[in-house]
Amino acid sequence: MPALNSSSMPDIVFAILFFFMVTTTMRSETLMVRMKLPTASEVQKLEKKSLVTYINIGAPMDTRLGTGTQMQLNDRFAQVSEIQDYIAQEKASMNEADQPLMTVSIKADEETRMQYITDVKQALRQAYALKISYSARQGGN
Amino acid sequence: MAKTIRKVPALNASSMADISFLLLTFFLLVSNMDVDSGLARRLPPPPQTEEQTTVDVQRRNLLVVLVNAQNETLVQNQQGTQLYANEAELRGDGGKVALKDVVKEFVLNTQNSALLPELSEEDFGAPIGTVPVTAQHVISIQNDATTSYKAYIAVQNEVVRAYNELREEGSRKYFNTSYEDLTEDQQGQINNLFPQRISEAEPKNYGGQ
Repeated sequence: MPALNSSSMPDIVFAILFFFMVTTTMRSETLMVRMKLPTASEVQKLEKKSLVTYINIGAPMDTRLGTGTQMQLNDRFAQVSEIQDYIAQEKASMNEADQPLMTVSIKADEETRMQYITDVKQALRQAYALKISYSARQGGN
Repeated sequence: MAKTIRKVPALNASSMADISFLLLTFFLLVSNMDVDSGLARRLPPPPQTEEQTTVDVQRRNLLVVLVNAQNETLVQNQQGTQLYANEAELRGDGGKVALKDVVKEFVLNTQNSALLPELSEEDFGAPIGTVPVTAQHVISIQNDATTSYKAYIAVQNEVVRAYNELREEGSRKYFNTSYEDLTEDQQGQINNLFPQRISEAEPKNYGGQ
């Protein structure tokens, strides 16, 4: 059996490697809240991940913390009153040109009560983070 | 300095593949390809003064969509009131007029009814030209404190669906093609023709809990 010439294998692997290096986003926080996103059919994809800030809302993964609705900003639980600081912080870490394009993605469990979402929305308004997106899974009819 | 040119020994590159595989595996593991998707909305800026909190809207220009604590949806305008008990009814099950059709009729006002938003002629540029539109209409989505997020998103979705269908129909009418196939400028024209005028009202406390 003739030996297969594998000298171009590194080139191919490097090509795939560069693809993943370019598409990857390193910032993935570990989720501390359990959430089942609602489904919607008319969802739009959020372009430009670097412009998106996430707010996770749901019941804590750790059942010892109860089943009440909690909010996770970055890697810790937070109160609604801390949103303004969080948004200001996230805004400051962006390019000045990108700041008006900042989008806040609200990832909330479908069983969340609207009172909580409304409070979050009000806080976002106060923080001038006016572009929001209600995160939802594509599906339904 | 040595006068003779020394030969560089050939580098063994056979482990290059292993190294790049290692790197590749690392990036494969840490990358998350799933793109977040959702319903995009724009919030109004925070009220500066007390007077700014209320904006007068003529009754006929207003479509109130209220999602209550039992996750029922009440749709109300000058034409009448419609109650949807669940998500299936929102889509038109159970002999009800689907919410999206109510919204579409409300936005279009094809019959120039006095109970629906007033029509005004506006120029949208070629090839749309000057057409009557309901520039002042407002769809106000309101909710109760204990409304579930799921029901709220379902209602939002139906309203957005109505707008998307209007835009699709407009695109077919004026450009003879699907909205997705339009250029950015043409999409802008259609968006101007049917702007999403959805208001997420200031939180209100309706009686009860």
